Amino acid sequence: MSTTTARQPVPGTTIFDGEQARKGYALNKMCYSFNDAANREAFVADEDGYCAKYGLNARQREAIRNRNVLDLIAAGGNAYYLAKFAGIFKLDMQDIGAQQTGLTKDQFKAKLLAARG
Amino acid sequence: MAKIVGSITTSHVPAIGGAIAKGLQQDPYWKPFFDGFPHVREWLAKVKPDIVVLVYNDHGLNFFLDKMPTFAIGAAESYGNADEGWGLPTVKPFRGHSELSWHLIEHLVAEEFDLTTCQEMVVDHAFTLPMALCWPDQQWPVRVVPVVVNTVQAPLPSAARCYKLGQAIARAVASWPGHERVVVMGTGGLSHQLDGERAGFINKDFDLKFMDSMVNDPAWATKYSTNELVELSGTQGVELLNWMVARGALPQQVRKEHSNYHIPISNTASGLMVLEPAVN
Repeated sequence: MSTTTARQPVPGTTIFDGEQARKGYALNKMCYSFNDAANREAFVADEDGYCAKYGLNARQREAIRNRNVLDLIAAGGNAYYLAKFAGIFKLDMQDIGAQQTGLTKDQFKAKLLAARG
Repeated sequence: MAKIVGSITTSHVPAIGGAIAKGLQQDPYWKPFFDGFPHVREWLAKVKPDIVVLVYNDHGLNFFLDKMPTFAIGAAESYGNADEGWGLPTVKPFRGHSELSWHLIEHLVAEEFDLTTCQEMVVDHAFTLPMALCWPDQQWPVRVVPVVVNTVQAPLPSAARCYKLGQAIARAVASWPGHERVVVMGTGGLSHQLDGERAGFINKDFDLKFMDSMVNDPAWATKYSTNELVELSGTQGVELLNWMVARGALPQQVRKEHSNYHIPISNTASGLMVLEPAVN
């Protein structure tokens, strides 16, 4: 579980600040390239080569390989950019939410519904 | 002088684009959201705007993290849309109003809002979806001026700063010599969080207080820091900063023309409000 600090005061939350932006630059730049369909296809065709081209570090490469969103965030990924990566695999935001919270997709949807009170 | 006839503030979740593309407006999941909009369209038919100043945040289409303006404004004659990574259908370009854009730039910089000016800009779902909800035929009967707020990379502009930007936009529009009718739109929110162990966070109580404050106490949210707003509304709920700009562009006294609130669409508590100046 994440812990809070003065810089990251919200539990379970990584505010995307300058430190994250510096750490995640290569990863987010790769994800930004996925705006272009040809780049999404190039990634699928040669994932290793594509990640190498963007200079991902070992931690980022591993998190991409594992499609692990919490690890991607820890490695500096920004949610808006990671959403483009998730799109390659046709994952929607409930899939992503379920993965990060350790719930099934149905359980995650139920959690959202419960917010109606 | 040009006249701000009201504001529309709404959520802008990408999945709305998927729902529009698939024609799911009457689907039970989507209906409570889409049903909020016929009334907005009736209002638009009544107030007949010529121009929309649309305040939103870019999600990595026009701006990457290589250059991240806190506030940016479009100054183009046309704004296209493009693939954001999901291959959704794109919409036809929007007609800009570069003369008004430059008038806003002159006025806002004179008021010490040092915006980044963009003579080329593509607009993403946070711009196109609210427009498509207001004009489903996507024929865009208005000219547009996009205003972009950084809600992506901290430090974000404060809610107070965003509110003041809206107030300055109102003064700039009032000093424009034309007689156009202007609607200010603010998109994003309300509470939602896509990332982290806290993903799926929604705060109905806060959202309803915030929506009430838009009518009765417009500076209410300025008492919170942006980190506090993240805590209260989620990492993406902080997009409500765009609502603060739109609200700032209206006078203190407003009349609520319409509102809708629904949990959830995608991971988001969706909010919608139409406000008018209390005195027209």
